[in-house]
Amino acid sequence: MIEYLMEPQWSPYVAGAGIGILLWLSFLFSNKPLGCSTAFSRISGMIEFRLLKKTVDDKEYYRIFPPETDWQVMMVMGIVIGAFLSSVLSGTFHITLIPETFSYAFGDNFLFRLIIALIGGIFMGLGARWSWGCTSGHGISGLSQLSLASLVAVLGFFIAGISTAMILYSL
Amino acid sequence: MFDKLHSQISVQKFFGLLIGIGFGFCLQKGGVTLYDTIIGQLLLTDFTVVKVMVSAVIIGMIGIHLMKSMGWVQFHTFTGSIGSSLIGGLIFGLGFALLGYCPGTVAGAIGQGQVDALLGGAIGIIIGTGIFAHFYPIINSKIHSIGIFPVETIPELIHLPRFIVTGLMVIVMIGILWILEIFRL
Repeated sequence: MIEYLMEPQWSPYVAGAGIGILLWLSFLFSNKPLGCSTAFSRISGMIEFRLLKKTVDDKEYYRIFPPETDWQVMMVMGIVIGAFLSSVLSGTFHITLIPETFSYAFGDNFLFRLIIALIGGIFMGLGARWSWGCTSGHGISGLSQLSLASLVAVLGFFIAGISTAMILYSL
Repeated sequence: MFDKLHSQISVQKFFGLLIGIGFGFCLQKGGVTLYDTIIGQLLLTDFTVVKVMVSAVIIGMIGIHLMKSMGWVQFHTFTGSIGSSLIGGLIFGLGFALLGYCPGTVAGAIGQGQVDALLGGAIGIIIGTGIFAHFYPIINSKIHSIGIFPVETIPELIHLPRFIVTGLMVIVMIGILWILEIFRL
């Protein structure tokens, strides 16, 4: 058992099946779909309120999704811990500034990678809330519930994602 | 089922943390917390992301539909629209290719030591969701209302019982995985 947890990588089917079982547990014990992007918007609201001394009443969005540490914020914290444990157990934990594929194509200027990642993150955060979900919320939880909105959103993720990546890596 | 448990806020936060730990563990072991794996998927050279997602949906879908038919769980679907699901999805996809992580895997990438995921990705996503929250009233009234879907789910759209659509989806998705294996993708 412990050897299996220390392996650097599992078959994608085993990892996927594990996530599928976590979806059962999450529906059954917490009445929640697995999703991540609402947590980021709650954190965003918490920072904004602290910095600008605003309140929930100032923004309609935060009346619907109050900026507080809820189930999903805890789940996203859990992902950081889980991936940390997994990588430490297998000895693959490593402080890395620039991903290999990126530096191979665009050089090893960390600031450049940071700016691209930041712009990408801004579009991703905007799009995730715009479509009411991300790769987990729509891609895994939504499709599992046979949601039409999720099917269309996932098609959007991959159509734009594949086109942008192809253009980016042909430059 | 477990209605009382669902309303216990501190217990629920603890469950959220536990489920997240399991989720992060599986994502890291599946190799999808790596930029290289995700960008490989978008460049169609590495199909690990599709394999993880499709197997999660197969297992997840069968389980939650069985539990729903027993009355154990509730579903959380909502009505989408071209203006929200498609346009939002395309904006997300653009960010997906630039960042090379998604909101879940960016958290996993931070856990395994990726500095670009923390300082670029997570901060970017926080800013992006903040921009959405700011413009939510206008996006909601002007754009989300474009092309509202007539139904919430695929079974309602194609007028077939839920369990038949679930079965068809399982067959299609196993077919996708089978094709990926045949072509060694």
